[in-house]
Amino acid sequence: MQKNLKYKWATIVITILICLYGIIGLPKSKDELVANWNRNIRLGLDLKGGSHLVLQVQVQDAFKAEADRVIERIKEDLRRAGINYVAMDRNDPNSIETADQIQINIKGIPSERSGDFRRIISEEYQAWNLTPVNSTDYRMTMKPTEAITLRRDTVERSMRTIESRIDGLGLTEPVVQQRQRTDGEGEILVQLPGVDDPARIKQILQTAAMLELYEVKDGPFPSQEAARAKHGGVLPLNTKLVRQQPRGGDTAEAWYLLARTPVITGRDLRNARPSQDEFGKWETEFTLTQDARNRFARFTEANIGNRLAIVLDNQVRSAPTIQNRIEDQGRITGAASQQEAADLALVLRAGSLPASIVYLEERTVGPSLGADSIQQGFFAGIVGLIAVILVMLVYYRKAGINATVTLVLNAIILIAALAYFEAVLTLPGIAGIILTVGMAVDSNVLIFERIREELREGKAIMAAIEAGFNKAFLTIIDTHVTTVVSCAFLFIFGTGPVRGFAVTLVIGLVANLFTAVFVSRTMFETSLARKRQMTSLSI
Amino acid sequence: MELFKNTNFDFLGKKWPFIIGSLVLLAVSLGSLVIKGGPRYGIDFKGGALMYVRFVEQPPTDRIRSALSARIPGEISVQDISGTSEVIVTTELRSERELAEARRQMVETFAATFGSQEGKLDFNNAGDQAIVDRLRDPLQRAGVGMSEQELQGLAQRLTDFRDTPPRSGLVRSLDDLSAVQGVTPQVLSVIKSEMYAAPFAIRNVEMVGPKIGAELRRQAIMATLYALGGMLVYIAFRFEWIYGVAAVLAVFHDTIVTIGLFSIFNEEISLTVVAALLTLVGYSMNDTIVIFDRIRENLKVHRRESLHAIINSSINQTLSRTVMTSGLTFLTVLALFLFGGPVLRGFAFALVVGILVGTYSSIFVASPILVFWHDFQEKRKRATPAAGAAARESARRPSVKSFR
Repeated sequence: MQKNLKYKWATIVITILICLYGIIGLPKSKDELVANWNRNIRLGLDLKGGSHLVLQVQVQDAFKAEADRVIERIKEDLRRAGINYVAMDRNDPNSIETADQIQINIKGIPSERSGDFRRIISEEYQAWNLTPVNSTDYRMTMKPTEAITLRRDTVERSMRTIESRIDGLGLTEPVVQQRQRTDGEGEILVQLPGVDDPARIKQILQTAAMLELYEVKDGPFPSQEAARAKHGGVLPLNTKLVRQQPRGGDTAEAWYLLARTPVITGRDLRNARPSQDEFGKWETEFTLTQDARNRFARFTEANIGNRLAIVLDNQVRSAPTIQNRIEDQGRITGAASQQEAADLALVLRAGSLPASIVYLEERTVGPSLGADSIQQGFFAGIVGLIAVILVMLVYYRKAGINATVTLVLNAIILIAALAYFEAVLTLPGIAGIILTVGMAVDSNVLIFERIREELREGKAIMAAIEAGFNKAFLTIIDTHVTTVVSCAFLFIFGTGPVRGFAVTLVIGLVANLFTAVFVSRTMFETSLARKRQMTSLSI
Repeated sequence: MELFKNTNFDFLGKKWPFIIGSLVLLAVSLGSLVIKGGPRYGIDFKGGALMYVRFVEQPPTDRIRSALSARIPGEISVQDISGTSEVIVTTELRSERELAEARRQMVETFAATFGSQEGKLDFNNAGDQAIVDRLRDPLQRAGVGMSEQELQGLAQRLTDFRDTPPRSGLVRSLDDLSAVQGVTPQVLSVIKSEMYAAPFAIRNVEMVGPKIGAELRRQAIMATLYALGGMLVYIAFRFEWIYGVAAVLAVFHDTIVTIGLFSIFNEEISLTVVAALLTLVGYSMNDTIVIFDRIRENLKVHRRESLHAIINSSINQTLSRTVMTSGLTFLTVLALFLFGGPVLRGFAFALVVGILVGTYSSIFVASPILVFWHDFQEKRKRATPAAGAAARESARRPSVKSFR
C-alpha cells in the first residue's frame, strides 16, 4: 500500500510539473513568466482583438480569361491556315458553380474546310471538346478533368498571391488558409491579429494588380465612339480600346487605342518600390527581369517617339512618350500618398490575382473590446470558482479540499494541453471549459455522495471509499464517454467555433478522469494510510 | 452537512402536473417560433452587419436609428446594452457586394451625426498606422525630433492607453493623453492640432454575407443532430434503446424550450448561443445518464420491485447529487451572466435557462418516458394471451442487460 502510494504520487507530481512547464516554461524572472504565459496561451481573435476575413475566389473569372485566350489563339491559327469564320465568342458564366459550363461558340466555318478546322482544334486544344452544332457552327466545352485542374490551380494561385501580399505587410502572426469544406471550394480564411480596421488590407487583397505595358496605336479620344469614328467605324486588326483611369475630380473620359498583346506583363517584374519624383510626388518604380529587359530594350529602341501605355487592372495609368531606349526601369505615377505608392509596390511584387475575390465575411474585434471580454470573463470565472469551492468546503468539509485540488488541477492540465496542442482559446472554448468545470464538480459530487451512502449503510471507512469510487466510476465513465462521442460528431461536422468547443471539452474530460478519480482517490488513501485507526471520515 | 438524507419523494406519482407543464411549455415555445416565423437568427446565420459602438454619454438611440435609415436601406436595429453607454447596431446585407461598403457607410453616418472636424483625424477610431502617418510631418515641423521607431512606439502607447479600461476604446478629451509616457505639452499641442476625439468609438464589427450565413446555419444544425444521434446510439448500446430515446427526447425538450424562450424574449440566436446550446445538451445528457445509471443498478439489486418504485428511489438516491451539481454549476453560470460582460450575456442567458430546464427534464421528462414505455409494453403483452405466464413474469420485472 505504502509503496503503491509513492508511485501514485510520483505520477501526479510529474504530471503537474509537465503541465506547468507547458504553461510557463522555466521562467527566471516575473517578466519572463508573464511573457511565457502570453506566448503559450493563444487567445482567439474574439478575445484578443483582430480581423477575421473570409474571401471567395471567383474562379469563373479564370475560366473566362482562359476562354478569351483560347479564342485569340484559334483566331490566329485560323488566319494562318486561311480558314474563314463569321463569329467567335464565349458565353458568360457568372457564378462559381457555373464556371465549368464555359463554352466557346464558333460560327460560319465553311463546310468544305471543316476537316482542317477539326484537325487544328483537336491537335492544338486538347483541353477542350469540340461539338458540331450544324454543318458550319461549332461549340467548344472544357473537359471536366481540365476544369477541375483549372479550378484548383486558380484557388491555389490566388491563395499564394494573398499569402505573399499579407507577408509583405509585416503583420504579426497572420493566418492564411484554405477552408476545407466540400462545397466551400475557393474560400480562403485570413486572420489578422491586432488589426482593428481592415479597410486598407481588404483593398490590398482585392486589387487584381495586373500590370501590362502596351504600345499606343492612337489616342487619346474623348469617347469610344470618337475612336471608332476615326477608324471608319471598326477597330483596326489586333487593337483594343482602354480607358484612362479617372483622376480626382476630372470626369472627362479618355480612351487609348492599344495593341492587343502587351509588350511587358506583371510576370516580367523583378521588383517594385515606392519612390518620389523630382517634385516630391509619390510614384511606384519597377524593374524588369533579365529576359524582359532585352525584349523591352529592343521594343523601346524601335519605337522612340511613340507612346507607351502603362495599364493597371485594365485602366491606363499613364501614356508617356518613349524618349530613348529603356532597359529595365519603369514607373507608375499618380499615387496620392506614400502609403498608396507603397501598397501598389507591394501588390506588384506579390503578383496578380488570377481571378477577382469577393468578401463573404468580416469580423473585427477592437482591442478594447477584447481586453474587456478577457477581464470580465476572467473575473466572472474566478467569482464562480470561488463560490463553488466555498460551497464544497462547507458541504463536504475536508473532502471539499479534495474537490478543490482536483478542480484546480483539472484547470492546469486543460490549459497545459491547450498550450501543447497550440490550440487557440476562443469564446466557444470557454463554453467548453464551463461544461468541463460542471462535469468535474459533478464527478466529485457523485463520488462523495456515493461514499456517504456506503457509510450510512454501515460500511467501514476503507470499504466505503473503495465502493464509493468503484460505483461512481461506472457512472462517470458513461457520462464522459457519451459527451466525448457527441464531441467527435461536433468536431467532424462542425465549423470553427463548434470545433473549438468540442476540442476543449474533450481535453477537459480526459483531464477530469485523471483528477477526479485518480488524484482524489490517492488523496483519500493517503489520509487513511497516515491514520490507521481513523474512526470517522470528514465528508 | 447533508441536505437530503434518505428522502422519499414520490416524483413519478406527481408526474402529471409536470408533464402537462412541459407540454404547455413546449407548445408555447413552438407557438412563439411558428408565429414569429422561426427563431430570430443573429447575423451569423442570416447575414448582416453588426457593430458595437461605445459613446461618451447615454447614446441617443432614436437619433442613431433615423440617421442610419436615411443612408442605409433595409431593416436597421439599434439596441441599448443595459448598464453601459453602448449600442449594438445591426443592418441587413442582401448580397456579398454590400459587405465591402457597409462599414464605411456606417462609420460615415456616425461621423456626420456626432460631429466630425473637417481635416482632422478622429483619434477614437484611428489605428496605429494612421496616427503615425498623421503625426510624422507636423511633429517634425514643430521641432520634435523623433525617429520612425520612436513615433511607432508613441502611437502604440497612445492606442494602448485608449483601449485599456476604464477608457475601453474611448477618450473623452485629447487632454487626457498627457498621462501617456512621452506626451510632452509640445507633442500634445501637435496631437490636438491634427486630431480630435469623437464622442463614439466602434469596438467591434461583424459582417457576414447571406451565403455564408445560410451555410453556417445548416452546418450547426447538422452537427448537433449528428451529435444527438451519436449519443442515442451509445446509450442504447450501454443501456437499452429506450433509454437512449428517452435521454435524447429529454435533451430535445430542453433545446426547444430554450430556443423558445429566446424567441419569446426576442433574443437572437448567434454562433455563441449555439455553443451555449451545445453546453446545455451536454449538461442535460450528463444529468439524465446519472439517474439512468442508478436505475440500471437498482434494477439488478431490487428485482422484486416495480419499475415505478425503482425509478422513484433512484431519483431520490441521486437527489442530493442532482441538487449539489446543478446548484454549483448554476453558481458558475450565474457569475458569468452577472459579471461576464455584454459579449457573454446571450451565452450565459442560454446556460442559466439550460441548467434549470436540463435538471428538471432528467427527472420529469426522461424518467416518465421509461415508465410509459414499460406500461405500454406490459399492456401489449397482456393483450396477447398466447404470451402466457412467462410474458407476465417478465413484464413485472423488466429485463435489463447486465454490465459489460
